[in-house]
Amino acid sequence: MGSTRATIQEAARQSMKILVPVKRVVDYNVKVRVKSDGTGVETTGVKMSMNPFDEIAVEEAVRLKEKGVATEIVAISMGVAACAETIRTALAMGADRGILVETDADLQPLAVAKLLRAITEKEGPGLIVMGKQAIDDDMNATGQMLAALLGWAQGTFASKVSIEGDHATVVREVDGGLETVSITLPAIITTDLRLNEPRYASLPNIMKARKKPIETIKPADLGIDPAPRLTVVSVAEPPKRVAGVKVKSVAELVEKLKLEAKVI
Amino acid sequence: MTVLVLLDHEGSTIKQPSRSAVAAAALLGDVHVLVAGTNPEAAAAAAALPGVACVITAADAAYDHALAEPLAALLVSLAPGYTHLLAGSTAIGKNVMPRVAALLDVQPISDIAAVVDADTFVRPIYAGNALATVRSSDTKKVITVRAASFDPVAATGGSAAIEAANPIEIPTLSSFVSAELSKSERPELTAARVVISGGRGMQNGDNFKLLDPIADKLGAAVGASRAAVDAGFVPNDYQVGQTGKIVAPDLYVAIGISGAIQHLAGMKDSKVIVAINKDEEAPIFQVADYGLVADLFTALPELAAELEKA
Repeated sequence: MGSTRATIQEAARQSMKILVPVKRVVDYNVKVRVKSDGTGVETTGVKMSMNPFDEIAVEEAVRLKEKGVATEIVAISMGVAACAETIRTALAMGADRGILVETDADLQPLAVAKLLRAITEKEGPGLIVMGKQAIDDDMNATGQMLAALLGWAQGTFASKVSIEGDHATVVREVDGGLETVSITLPAIITTDLRLNEPRYASLPNIMKARKKPIETIKPADLGIDPAPRLTVVSVAEPPKRVAGVKVKSVAELVEKLKLEAKVI
Repeated sequence: MTVLVLLDHEGSTIKQPSRSAVAAAALLGDVHVLVAGTNPEAAAAAAALPGVACVITAADAAYDHALAEPLAALLVSLAPGYTHLLAGSTAIGKNVMPRVAALLDVQPISDIAAVVDADTFVRPIYAGNALATVRSSDTKKVITVRAASFDPVAATGGSAAIEAANPIEIPTLSSFVSAELSKSERPELTAARVVISGGRGMQNGDNFKLLDPIADKLGAAVGASRAAVDAGFVPNDYQVGQTGKIVAPDLYVAIGISGAIQHLAGMKDSKVIVAINKDEEAPIFQVADYGLVADLFTALPELAAELEKA
């Protein structure tokens, strides 16, 4: 009996598919500007890139495939047609094919999680690896929400992942240091910064990625209404701090902190 | 309206970010708090928080390591009695609350910095470079609270009733293996009155020792920029910034930190900011109340000596 179970697990492992959702966001290095009408931030004519945490997710999936743990990597993006470029980046890094859920709707994490659940049910992956947070809305929610909707375990803020049979061991970044958990597969893993250093796609791989397939679907094809639950009332600049004074010496600094700022 | 706040606790301490979440909850309605895990001392500490009407306990060892799957199931079982479910934006709150929200078919509202009304909240986006005011159309709200934006309630002064939650069927999808927590005599970053952080300018991990005598003298927590963490000088839990911890101490001292946007997002609400950097063009000086253009390897021993004099 034990050997039968081991055989089934081995078979599942040998055909493990990984889904990697990737988000198109304003590039990490762009200084964002709030629109003068207060409706959002300026995104026209701004450089867009893959969310940095999602790059780490793609890299982790590719490494699992290189180790022989995974057999196929599917990159998924959602939003305007240009999100296909983000999928192409994932394909150039080593993902095998892409799915684009094309919509102009303002997609919030709950809708994204529902769309991903529908895709997951069709694709039957053994693992989903995704960024812990998108650097635009900073929600840090979609991975946890997808895990909940699927009834799967979650290993969030991962800094180390190892797959052993039907379990994953995940080292997590927590407030006071690191925590290790064991989670039953299939599961969701969300990536933290130190999990790996994503590779740059080589030119031959970029060329190869052009030939890899991307399937385009609509939210309605998945039977999901992506209507947002949060209305943005306004977007404003945060209060600006004004530069203070330059002091000439350490002695002057300590004196100011004592007598002027009174904080020491 | 009645609000349930999930508390982070350790021994007889209710963590400061949780006490900030209680302060935010008090702006919305009556406050109940949840202490999950076998920790009667924490239940007693929770009952002493001012403004708390009721402490709910779930004294099952399955909650002891705050795994998301059991904790979310527990919160969902309690949700019918509440209009809002809150937690601090801690590793636990961020892990658990979105899972709760999805199970309730709610869009969570992460990291709120202000309460406008029962449906409307302000939250930072783009690493704090913009503040979005958002209104939720969900009947129940699931929220994490940016601790630096709400003064925490005191640790004592209240006397709430303690009630046990009805037991639930606990999911067994995950298990705790081990924890490797940084040991430090110093205060926690998010709770410290003074924080001194080092950046890439520190050059290596050994040089962080230069911060120790100053931190000792000031009772400060020691932090770092993401650049210093990425370079491997110090562990990630030192990281102050949008992808690390958000702090707002009375005094923040930035040493050899250039002031990248993502670092500023983690500390610019500090009351007084001091920057020491040898590059006078460093962006950190644009937010510093007191700036000193100097080589940190000269300035740090001088600062330690100057503080010793006082």
